[in-house]
Amino acid sequence: MDTIKKITKQQLFLPFFCLLLVLLINLIKSPTFFNIGIQNGVLYGRLIDVLNRGSEIAILAVGQTLVVAVSAGTDISVGSVMSLSACGTCMMLAGYGVNSTTQLAVPMGIGILFGILLGGVCGCINGALVAKLKIQPMVATLILFTAARAIGLLLCNNQITYIRYEPYKYLGNFIPGCPIPTAIFVTIAVIIVVSIFLRKTALGLYIQSAGINSRAARISGINSALICFVCYVICGLCAGIAGMVASSRIYSADSNNIGLNYELDAILAVALGGNSLGGGKFNLAGAVVGAYTIQAITTTLLAMGVSTDQAPVIKAIIVVIIVVVQAPTFKEWLSNSEAKRRALAAEGGQKA
Amino acid sequence: MKKINKFSGNTVLLLITIVLFVAMYAVGCVIYSAKGFTHVQTFLNLLITNAGLICVACGMTCVMLTGGIDISVGSLIAMDCMILAYGMGVKGWPCIPLIILILVIGLVFGAVQGYLIGYLKIQPFIITMAGMFFARGMTAVICTDQISITQDMNPMFYKWANAKINLPGFLGYVNKKGKTVVPFIRPTVVIALLVVAIIFFILKYTKFGRNLYAVGGNQQSATMMGLNVKATKMKAYILSSFLCSIGGICYCLNTMSGSVQQALGFEMNAIASSVIGGTLLTGGVGNVIGSLFGVLINGTISTLVTTNGKLLSSWSNIMTAALLCFFIILQSLFAYFKNRNNR
Repeated sequence: MDTIKKITKQQLFLPFFCLLLVLLINLIKSPTFFNIGIQNGVLYGRLIDVLNRGSEIAILAVGQTLVVAVSAGTDISVGSVMSLSACGTCMMLAGYGVNSTTQLAVPMGIGILFGILLGGVCGCINGALVAKLKIQPMVATLILFTAARAIGLLLCNNQITYIRYEPYKYLGNFIPGCPIPTAIFVTIAVIIVVSIFLRKTALGLYIQSAGINSRAARISGINSALICFVCYVICGLCAGIAGMVASSRIYSADSNNIGLNYELDAILAVALGGNSLGGGKFNLAGAVVGAYTIQAITTTLLAMGVSTDQAPVIKAIIVVIIVVVQAPTFKEWLSNSEAKRRALAAEGGQKA
Repeated sequence: MKKINKFSGNTVLLLITIVLFVAMYAVGCVIYSAKGFTHVQTFLNLLITNAGLICVACGMTCVMLTGGIDISVGSLIAMDCMILAYGMGVKGWPCIPLIILILVIGLVFGAVQGYLIGYLKIQPFIITMAGMFFARGMTAVICTDQISITQDMNPMFYKWANAKINLPGFLGYVNKKGKTVVPFIRPTVVIALLVVAIIFFILKYTKFGRNLYAVGGNQQSATMMGLNVKATKMKAYILSSFLCSIGGICYCLNTMSGSVQQALGFEMNAIASSVIGGTLLTGGVGNVIGSLFGVLINGTISTLVTTNGKLLSSWSNIMTAALLCFFIILQSLFAYFKNRNNR
């Protein structure tokens, strides 16, 4: 009994439990879910698909975790920023107003860097509004939630810009000769860089202390506003990278569809990872596992024939359940009822 | 002294809004006078197209007064429109039961959100965001196609949508063919203005309205005064979703169609209207008259963009976001100066 309790008390318990649950359902429904084969020299299978398609959510979740931890609010602009940076890159690579191109206007590296930096700039705007002007994070990011997608449309001259240039497809698909999808490497790289950044510098500690009590952190000499700002910038950069991957998958910038509903997935991943949406302590690994869980759910739903438009219904219900379970009032009620039950049991024992 | 200071600060925000609206409209009149911007009908069209938004903005203002926010409104409108369009267009049901159904859905939706936010104390944004995706997804569950409501499907609804209420004749003008055109409004405008009047009355003269201000102003003192903070919050969200349902009906009467992509980003317009109208994001300050002007400013922006003809439609989104940003910054500057004066 005690060991079970110890296991369930672990922060990583919830995401892993959900992931296993989803996989188990799949195993029962269709055993072919776990088949992994090699087709045309690349790995192929549902599990690989989950790992591959989950990359964007995992990258977003990394940034989102920091934002949630430091400001007790979420950045809902990530999906739109993804689309903006994809549009920015395609606009740079193709030139303004070009519909489809096989020749690049600027080297690919510069275009991609521009896109990621564009994400960073969006992060700066969000960060300035939240950290300096003390605006509720979600209202502040609501501005870019609407505006970023619209600006992306402007950059692409209201059309879908195609980059028909082979190397541009590598990021979201496969590098020739390598059987593993490139997006997985990108995700691993982002996770490693961010965790080194958090572990080797005191940033991780600062983020937690600013998130738990920003006033106390400021009094003890931490520049809370700056820490908060940095978190938003990292989140913006992550959104930029995710945008690159998403854009490379379809080798185009489809402003209306890239990153659509991703903000919900990212927030869901953070919550599933056992991170409190109230800020404070955070766990990157949990969020990443949460992200792949979400993707597994999405893939399962799609395999069951639920359309992409309809999937948010189930995800929304999951979000509500998670936040309700996390809510202090609910926990209090739960422990109260447990205490009552125990008291009753003790009373019954005495009578007997 | 302090009281006067506070009073003037809030009035200044409202004044800025009204001046901004008049200025924008005047600029539009000067630039686009050839395109009929100066006609009374252009202004009335502003009301007709934004009747739904006016209702929603009123609800949003009530929620924002308590310091919360409701971003589920856009999706809820899409769901309402889809229910109306699917019910009438595909199933051939009469419209009155459908409208009652929509109003009930609004109440239930608001009650669930309000309970989770008020009683379980979950952040309003998270819950209403879940509500937003839930409603949008449900719209797709009902039907993924775009359905238009035509005259054959439901003559009654069609008649409502095209009913004209003529204004007094002296406001009319003579058009190019030498015929006198009398300006008109649609029934939705009457509904929207009624909603504004009722909410204005509720906020100003009823206990519930004063409770909203008290809860938003300072939750702790509201609790200490013996107000039921949880119930007040829950009622605010119910009111918002209910008004949103009314807004959805107005919106549907205007567009006469239902689709999954409808009213995308509507929550942004509603929030922007409230904020531009002087409602503080932190709660406790604001009124619906300001929100009405906020809606009109929003409408003027999109009218200017469409009248221009050359600009992409995404410009109106960007302009709204920029205005929202400007007013948010203005608000925090006001708060900053107020704090400094008090010190």
